[in-house]
Amino acid sequence: MNALEVAVTRKAYLSERGETTALADVAFAVPAGEFACLIGPSGSGKTTLLSLIAGLDSAYDGKIQLGGAAGGRLGMVFQTPRLMPWLSARDNVRLALDHAPDSAARAERMLREMQLGAFLDAFPGQLSGGQQRRVALARAFVNDPDLLLLDEPFQSLDAPTAQHLRDLLLALWSRRKPTILFVTHDFREALSLGDRVLFLSAGPGRVVLDLPLDLPRPRAPDGAAVEALRKRLLESYPDLLRGLPSARESAA
Amino acid sequence: MVSSRWSDVGLRCLSAVTFLVLWQAAAGAAASALLPGPATVAAALVDLVLHGRLIADLGITLLRVLLSFALAMALGSAIGILMGHSRRVDGVFDLWLVLGLNIPALVLIFLCYLWLGLTDVAAIVAVALNKVPNTAVILREGARTVDRELLQVADVLKLTRGRRLREVYLPQLYPYFMAASRSGLSLIWKIVLVVELVGRSNGVGFQLGVYFQFFDITHILAYTASFVGVVLIIEGLGLRPLERRLMRWRA
Repeated sequence: MNALEVAVTRKAYLSERGETTALADVAFAVPAGEFACLIGPSGSGKTTLLSLIAGLDSAYDGKIQLGGAAGGRLGMVFQTPRLMPWLSARDNVRLALDHAPDSAARAERMLREMQLGAFLDAFPGQLSGGQQRRVALARAFVNDPDLLLLDEPFQSLDAPTAQHLRDLLLALWSRRKPTILFVTHDFREALSLGDRVLFLSAGPGRVVLDLPLDLPRPRAPDGAAVEALRKRLLESYPDLLRGLPSARESAA
Repeated sequence: MVSSRWSDVGLRCLSAVTFLVLWQAAAGAAASALLPGPATVAAALVDLVLHGRLIADLGITLLRVLLSFALAMALGSAIGILMGHSRRVDGVFDLWLVLGLNIPALVLIFLCYLWLGLTDVAAIVAVALNKVPNTAVILREGARTVDRELLQVADVLKLTRGRRLREVYLPQLYPYFMAASRSGLSLIWKIVLVVELVGRSNGVGFQLGVYFQFFDITHILAYTASFVGVVLIIEGLGLRPLERRLMRWRA
């Protein structure tokens, strides 16, 4: 069964320079439980697509369907953590839960799972960038979403912190098996995380390649297997991958 | 942090004592009924509390302050938030706001008394109308700075309207509510006295008018001191702790 079906024929928006087409004929489906990565150069409409899927924007032509008839529970992690600065870590996570008697306990359990047990009462301003992102991840996972959307969640973090968070994400995913759509512009990140990578063209974005990955996990983004695959793809699809920052850089 | 807070309190006490000493010195030098010293005023204050109608006057004035404050905050916040969110509403009411900000308090007071009669309702409406434009301007600024990205989080989490308001939207406006409350309180209690002077037969403002006609500066200062004292207590025990509580995440 598909957890997500996307068929957007056109999404445009008005700017000062007139109408800009952000997405044109984007169609794909993600089966339940799959970890799909969506990669594309900047300006390819990745974030726009996520906000359509999340229901934040309904002005588009086409159809997007989430998880069966019930619609499914949705979780989202944004480019920045977007925590409420006036709520403690616990209350930020609780925001995703209704006011059931056990919501505080569930939020705490989730934060402990993210190794934040010592920071339950801390305000976001007292946390480091990496810790804030872990709270954001906890908020997205705590209500057991059927579909989880992540929009370049680990950018602007130092490499070890980002890798630690990727490992955490994969661990959570393998325990709870939500369907994931992970947006990134980082080629290595996509290859190291996904069951499958969807490539979006430069704007207006279109899916130009749909690539299943069968590399065994765990895969390090700078490991030999990912590196070999990256080189092979670059050779096979040189035009396709132009514009991806981490695809262009030479292997060090 | 604790020690810095105590040195803060010490500094405030020192400043208050300095003020009293300067006042006493000036009164001693002047040696005139036009400038009674703090001890004379304090004695008059005690006498007014024990044998005069100061407590009753203070009570009725505070009630008027409280009611007009609540009315002005509710009305001003609603208008300001609407204006901050909708360019169209802003366009319609901006001129009204400028007008409201610039109408002299006394004119509004006269108009309210003439239109509504010399009643407490007219008094409270007059005071509130004087404060509404100011509150609206502050809350409009607040509503303009509301972070849409955080509201998107509320959308994704499908928060109920109540939780969205309490946990995501209003906290962003707290600093503006606090600013409007503080400037509001000081503005309102000044205007309430004028309203009482012009059209009421009780309250601090009315009494001040009576003492003015008798050139009784000692009692004018005694009434003023009692009222300022009460306002300082409201500020210190009400607004300040409230602000500390609402803003503790900023520490």
